[in-house]
This record gives sequence, structure tokens and C-alpha cells, in this order.
Amino acid sequence: MEADYAIIGGSIVGLSIAWGLLKRGRRVLVLDGDDGSFRASRGNFGLVWVQGKGLKQPAYARWTQKSAAAWADFSAELGESTGYNLALQQAGGYDFYFDEESLEQRVAEFETLKKELGGDYPFEVLRHNELKREEPNIGPRVAGAILHHQDGHLNPLRLLKSLADDVRRMGGTVKCGVPVKRISKRDLFEIEAEDGTIYAAPKFVLSAGLGAMDLGPQLGFSAPIRPQRGQVLITEKLPKMMNRPSGIIRQVDEGSVQIGDSKEEVGLDDRVTLETASAIAARAVAVYPDLAKAKLVRSWGALRIMSPDGFPIYQESSTTPGAFLVTCHSGITLAAAHARYLPAWLDGSDQAPNLEVFSEQRFAIS
Amino acid sequence: MNNASPFHNISPSDDLVTVTFDGIEYILPDGANLAASLLEAGLRYFRNTPVSGAPRGPFCMMGACYDCLVEIDGETRQACMTEVTSGLKIERAHRDKGLEND
Repeated sequence: MEADYAIIGGSIVGLSIAWGLLKRGRRVLVLDGDDGSFRASRGNFGLVWVQGKGLKQPAYARWTQKSAAAWADFSAELGESTGYNLALQQAGGYDFYFDEESLEQRVAEFETLKKELGGDYPFEVLRHNELKREEPNIGPRVAGAILHHQDGHLNPLRLLKSLADDVRRMGGTVKCGVPVKRISKRDLFEIEAEDGTIYAAPKFVLSAGLGAMDLGPQLGFSAPIRPQRGQVLITEKLPKMMNRPSGIIRQVDEGSVQIGDSKEEVGLDDRVTLETASAIAARAVAVYPDLAKAKLVRSWGALRIMSPDGFPIYQESSTTPGAFLVTCHSGITLAAAHARYLPAWLDGSDQAPNLEVFSEQRFAIS
Repeated sequence: MNNASPFHNISPSDDLVTVTFDGIEYILPDGANLAASLLEAGLRYFRNTPVSGAPRGPFCMMGACYDCLVEIDGETRQACMTEVTSGLKIERAHRDKGLEND
């Protein structure tokens, strides 16, 4: 099997990169893990989200905005070639507040970031009554919301499926159920799967999510990532009751309401707990009281892939050039950037985006 | 009773109660499975889907498919997981959605 790039991780991150490399004429081999792997691509919240990201690192805010701006075209192209409707909606999103004080505090942070971004940060503050006009089902306890016009959401499972389909359609190889045990470098990178099969390629991208904790150090990466659990609740399908998504609650195109955004530092444990499920359900009901009567039909836990500062890591190995680590928490939001702009960086093209601030160097103790 | 119903109660009971479905009265066996009893009474579609308004009725009869949903006291319930009790007021779930699309 001849490939220019081997990509470890058939996630939304890995497949977005594979898709972009294929568009540049590269041959790719994608190795995906198995059902024992922790798979954020199957458990996430489906947001294409700008609001609140990179408050202390404007470069991350810009990279996020660059991706959000590329999403409509990326989604249309994927939809056209695979027939999947990703249900991408980028008509803005909310951050809800129950008290004025925390709302004001956040607005001040946003104003600072907005200046650093040269004014390109289109948000507005909606007090309760203004919000009520946009979202008639909002509850009386909600003091207000920040509406950010660059936010949106999509159907993440259809994104995953369409990416895998399109990578195959363009001639890429995607192998599922192939957890990787060891990676070494001779003339080529040699990737040993758990079943003993060896795959080889001259270049190699490690986009294995939490799998990079073990595999990264084999290639000289420090890969300082950790899991952070988020729990999710899914209601029965309901008639349209909200117009825009938020970080804690959204109604998907098929009618279900997805409730989430718990953050728990519990290691590699993706179980659900009654305590957290109740807490996120109560918060959702405070925002949309009608949900009190909605039936929950599913819940799950999934693990975010967090770096120490929460920003992505884009790093070429210093000890074994040609090996790249790509890892981030926001694989959906950044998928468009990973498909459109990251491949030029992997290829060493002079069109490559400058990703220096996202290298592992920032975590080095000086 | 709709005599055309292919569903028949295999353990008939004399203990009958009255319920309403969309305002129409039905006499059903007390304590029986609500979805099964409504099927036997000749009903086929219990709800409309909330997005497209398509009609739906019981499919799995074991609590898994969520196709037999009905509305009781303002809450969506699975008819196949509900027992018949006297005076139940049952509505087609998301009926408004279906009528809009008629």
C-alpha cells in the first residue's frame, strides 16, 4: 500500500486532514482505532463555535474565525460530493447568563478581545426582553445572553460519515479497527498495529486524540494532553423550540434537544453519573422551562482532548522530522481549517499558515 | 371497535374502563397494555413526527423504538410502556404538526 502520509486516527480531525491532503494530490492511509478507543468524534456537541475562544490568545480566536468562515463552502462541497446534508447553521449562537454581574464581566473580556482582533468580533448583548423576542420559549430566570454572530452548529455524525466517504471516494484508504501499538522511523515511518501488521509511509500525522498520550512520546512529542469528561443528554424529538444553539443546549435538525457542557477531570472514565446528568438537566430547564416535560432518550459521556491552555497543538517532531502531532479540543469547529489550510503546513508549502504559537514549545519550562 | 383490526386480545377481560383518544371514547381492558389495546381498538397512527409531521404508530412494542408516542397530561409517553387506567385522556403526540402538514 503506497501512501505519502499515514494518519493515525480516523477521527473528524484525522479525516479532515486526509481530505485536505487528497485535494492537494497526496495519497493517504488513515488508520482508525476500535470500539475500545475513546472517540470524541462520536460523542461531541456539534458546535461550530467562535464565542469565548482565545480570550487570552487572539491567534487562537483568529484561527477559529478563519475556520468558521471557511465552513459554509466546506460543508457545501462535502454535501455535493457525498449527498449528506450536514445541517450546518451559522446564524449565531448564545451564551446564557443567570445574573447581570457575570454577563457584564464576560462582555468586558469580549470588548478587550474585539479590540485585539481589530473589531472583527460581532457580538451583541441581549437583555431578557430582547432575548425573549428571539427565543420566545426562554425562561424567566435567564438574565440575558451574548449573541455571537459567527457561531453555529451542525450534525457531527453526518460530518464524520461524509468525511470518511469522501476520503474513500477520492482514493484514500481508511482502515477501521486498527489500533496502533508502536511507531518507529527507519527509511520510512513504520506503524505497527496491535495485530502485528506494519504500515509504512514517508510522512505521518498523529491525530489520535487521547491515543497521542501514549504514541506521541515515541516520536519525541511531549503531547501534554489530558481527558476532560463531558456528559450529554438527548431528549425525545420535539417540535422546533429554539432558533439558535448555545454551548449548553441546542436543538438538532432532527428535533432532539442535546444538553451538555459538564466538565469533569476524572481521567480515562467516560461513564455517566446521575449527579452530573441532573445538574445539566436542571440548568437546561432553567433556560427552557418547557424541557421539564421532555423525555430523555439517551445519555452518554465523552472525553475532551485538552491541552494545558486549551488551545490546539500543531507540532512537527524535532527528533523525527516528517512526523506531525495535531490535537485539539474543537475538532468540529476547526475541521474546515484542518481541511483547507493545515495540509499546506504539513507539505511545507510557503502557502502554509503560521502556526508557531500552537507548537509544543509554549509548554516548555524555561 | 373496528372489526377490520388484525389485532385480537388473547386474554379478554370483563374489567373494562373508558379512556379518550383525541376526544373519542374507547372502552379498553383495565390494566392492559395501552399500545396493544389501542391497536386492537383499530387505531393505527398514534402521533405525528415533530419535524416533518409524518404519521407514526407502534413498531417494536418493547420500549425501544419510540414510535408509539402519545401525549398524556401534557407529557409524551410511550404507549407500549403505559397501562390502561380509567379516565386516561390521550392525545396524538405533536398532532398540531400533522395537521399543519395535511
